[in-house]
Amino acid sequence: MNWEHIILGNRLNMDALPHEWFTIGGTFGFILLPIAAVLLLGKIKGWKWLWGEWFTSVDPKRIGIMYMIVAGFMLLRGGLDALMLWLQQALGSSNMPGFLGVQHGYLSADHFQQIVTAHGNIMVFFVAMAFIFGLVNFIVPLQIGARDLAFPFLNTLGFWLYVAGVLMVNMFFAVGGQYAATGWLAIAPLQGKMFSPGVGVDYWIWSLQISGVGTTIAAINFIVTIIKMRAPGMSMWKLPLFTWGSLCSMCMAVAVFPLLTATLFLSFFDRYLGTHFFTIAGGGDPMLYTSMIWMWGHPEVYILVLPAFGVFGEVVSVFSRKPIASYVTAVLGMIGVSSLALSVWVHHFFTMGSGADVNAFFGLMSMVIAIPTAVLMYVWIATLYKGRIRFSVPMLWFLGFVWTFTIGGVSGVMLGIPPVDFQLHNSLFLVAHFHSNVVGGVLFGIFCGINYWFPKFAGFRLNERIGRNAFWFWIVGFSLSFIPMYILGLMGATRRLDHYDASTGWQPLYVVMLIGGLTIAIGVALQLAQILASVIERKRLADTTGDPWDGRTLEWSTASPVPEYNFTHIPTVSTRDAFWEMKKKALAKQKFEDIHAVKNTSAGVWISAFAFLAGFGFVWEITWLWVVSLAAIVISIVMKAFNEDSEYVIPAADVKKMEAERLAHKPKAPTAAEADSAEDMSVWELVKWLMAYAMEVVRTKRWRKL
Amino acid sequence: MPKKRPQHRPGSLARAMILGIIALLLLYAILIHGHNIAVLNPKGLVAREQMGITLFAAILLLAVAGPTVGVLYFMAWKYRETNPKATHDPELQANKLYLVAAWGIPAVFLAVLSVAMWITTHKYVPQQAIAAAAKPMTVEVVALRYKWLFIYPTQGIATINYVQIPADTPVTFDLTADDAPMSGFWIPNLGGMLYAMTGMVNRLNLIGQTLGSYEGRSSEITGPGLADMKFTAQVSSQKDFDNWVQDTQLDNGPLTDAGYQSLLKPSENNSAAFYSSYERGLYAKVLMKYMGADSMAGMNMDGMR
Repeated sequence: MNWEHIILGNRLNMDALPHEWFTIGGTFGFILLPIAAVLLLGKIKGWKWLWGEWFTSVDPKRIGIMYMIVAGFMLLRGGLDALMLWLQQALGSSNMPGFLGVQHGYLSADHFQQIVTAHGNIMVFFVAMAFIFGLVNFIVPLQIGARDLAFPFLNTLGFWLYVAGVLMVNMFFAVGGQYAATGWLAIAPLQGKMFSPGVGVDYWIWSLQISGVGTTIAAINFIVTIIKMRAPGMSMWKLPLFTWGSLCSMCMAVAVFPLLTATLFLSFFDRYLGTHFFTIAGGGDPMLYTSMIWMWGHPEVYILVLPAFGVFGEVVSVFSRKPIASYVTAVLGMIGVSSLALSVWVHHFFTMGSGADVNAFFGLMSMVIAIPTAVLMYVWIATLYKGRIRFSVPMLWFLGFVWTFTIGGVSGVMLGIPPVDFQLHNSLFLVAHFHSNVVGGVLFGIFCGINYWFPKFAGFRLNERIGRNAFWFWIVGFSLSFIPMYILGLMGATRRLDHYDASTGWQPLYVVMLIGGLTIAIGVALQLAQILASVIERKRLADTTGDPWDGRTLEWSTASPVPEYNFTHIPTVSTRDAFWEMKKKALAKQKFEDIHAVKNTSAGVWISAFAFLAGFGFVWEITWLWVVSLAAIVISIVMKAFNEDSEYVIPAADVKKMEAERLAHKPKAPTAAEADSAEDMSVWELVKWLMAYAMEVVRTKRWRKL
Repeated sequence: MPKKRPQHRPGSLARAMILGIIALLLLYAILIHGHNIAVLNPKGLVAREQMGITLFAAILLLAVAGPTVGVLYFMAWKYRETNPKATHDPELQANKLYLVAAWGIPAVFLAVLSVAMWITTHKYVPQQAIAAAAKPMTVEVVALRYKWLFIYPTQGIATINYVQIPADTPVTFDLTADDAPMSGFWIPNLGGMLYAMTGMVNRLNLIGQTLGSYEGRSSEITGPGLADMKFTAQVSSQKDFDNWVQDTQLDNGPLTDAGYQSLLKPSENNSAAFYSSYERGLYAKVLMKYMGADSMAGMNMDGMR
């Protein structure tokens, strides 16, 4: 009897530990660094604060902020992957002398394909989805005048399952093995054990599976919240656009994420139990996998983009100082997109060889779904018309989005035509298309939303000046890195190539793409600088009114930062732009009331930790580990279900006291002249400030206090 | 000392942006000058017709999207806060006529495109033989890890990563795969693209009309050998083709069963190889391996590896 085999399973051993430069680097960068950051935070602010007030929090605002912090960190990881890919391709011409003595760039084909896969998974699942969930968590309850979500515990569970997925996707750094080298959707039969025998695809399955279950749970939660928890008077036709976009998106998520779960389970059965759902032997059907994964995969991009459309709708209206030009049209446009989203998936595999009628039908649906999207553009034009437009940073992101998303939309409709797709499918033209939409639509929408709602998150607005700089680096970087991709696609360059012949003439464009990537990296660095500069100047940038942009929806009617209970009084809504109406009429003073709140719970953290361990057991085929972990999950859920002591009441007197205290500590509003004449800190001023601060720390030896 | 907030000048910004876009396009034009823009450089009927619908769609869509985006940016510029001449109507809603246009304009353009899409999709079905004066020819293609095997059933020869076809002759590529993940068969200059999968035949009809040598590749990820899983498609005159077949039969050895078994082993960066003949029924055997009762025998393949 070999104990090592029983404890570690057949696959895990000492050889798996990190020993290559990228696994060692990844272990430091993506596992040890976050752990150190958490430890430092706990040391400075106290463990009780970190665990009791944040990690176990059921407050959607705190969960939203945690989503966005993890997503921001993963954006850096995914972005680093992108730069590594661009660098490889820029050096990847096979006639060039090898870089550092290595032929074909500096990465092996296998390693390159692992990065391709990780980049796609991370950006879609752990960046875009998480940012969207962060925004939805924070903003939707505020917009509908609710104090909490319908199922506060499910919210914390969903978040921690997402974190478990994030850990799983980075786990190969520390524990070894490799990541999947299969492309982001791990198309069958390449994902089967015959072609991918290592643990990479298992990591892929379980990181998506665990976080996907979290997504399903969260989506159900938001649908119920939006349907059931609206403030009195807020009918469905008075919902703010962002809430509408989120509702459409979450409905789609509930429809398709179970499909992803099922597909991943079947893949897992193929790999772990030796079944033959998607294999090429034993009567398996790989084409079934393609169909199932895209039936989820296509709606997924709409799940991401609809909340972004909602953000833009709000921003255009507020920064034009006009209501949205046709609310009904905008909402119908979003409902139209989401109801058609499940009928276009076959356009991802026209090249699999269906007949002309099948291809033409799905081509037609792909044309039809472009109409409601285009209509939104016209609604925005009419909203701008006769407005008084302020070019604040959120508005800049909207204007940038218009250009990138239109390019992506035009190329997308082209690819929806089967004969065009035959020539451009799986070429870089396709890659450029979806990056235009996912970067230019989703990510720009997220940046727009973060700049717009930051006063709500933190109590002060973001630095406008550095924000503008960041925007311009992003836009220029985007044009340099993705427009050449279209051209390369027309030249016949296929995706995921780690090297190519110099005679193709592709290299100059790949180099331009690398330059564009570096430009975007500067944009990201400036965004981090923007946040830092805003924190430094938080007193001057403080949002003392709770309504810095002259907003129209309910989230602006409460204080910034938002109190724990969101609203001291649940507002009564009579019109669409509810807060705009309230501002026009004076608000009547109301009496404070008792507020029911939900106690924080650590069950979400534990269940997710066990889910992670179970996934780890499945990846490495450690039987005892997944058996014990699954049992622990069941026990945790049962224990949580029997815990009746989950609520508490904030008495009216305490609410009054807290409100008074908040008013007393409210930062002094800068005078109008101050606010108008002073320009925000520039990057150079920030650098000077940081150097002075560092000198100060060195001089006073302040680190000793830590 | 707080600095004065600078005035926004969207006008000069717009000029700078337009200049920037022109400069970028010029840069890209210089960078690709003299190289093969394969999709826009068709060498056969299929690629030419596919280029036609590609350009039609691009022009039609840009004709509607371009002005729309232009109007949006114009509105944003005209109604800027700092423009004293612009009127502000804080309650203005879009009128009915505008909304009809908002739904109507994209609907009309996309309806036109849909008709074109429907017609071209039914006209250029990859599985359908191309009508031409010359007698059609079949090439059987097997995607392997990571190379392409071409079998000429009429000529009795086989090649690796090289396919020669006579000009103006419709060619039917019967695509399948053996022991390989799904691969994408694409010759951009001649037209594309279908997947090659085990246990089935995907039929792709192409024709080469301009003499020359064109690159073909695998468009779907298959593993570490992906980047070099490419082949040369040589379009030659009928006479040169016949000579080439004869030379291939004379100068090379046969593809034996053992030889095929070694081809099944994964190998990267394979150069072209030629075989004077191959075991009869090879292609059918490759197909049958994954079909019917035979596939049951493959049940233990995962375990064997």
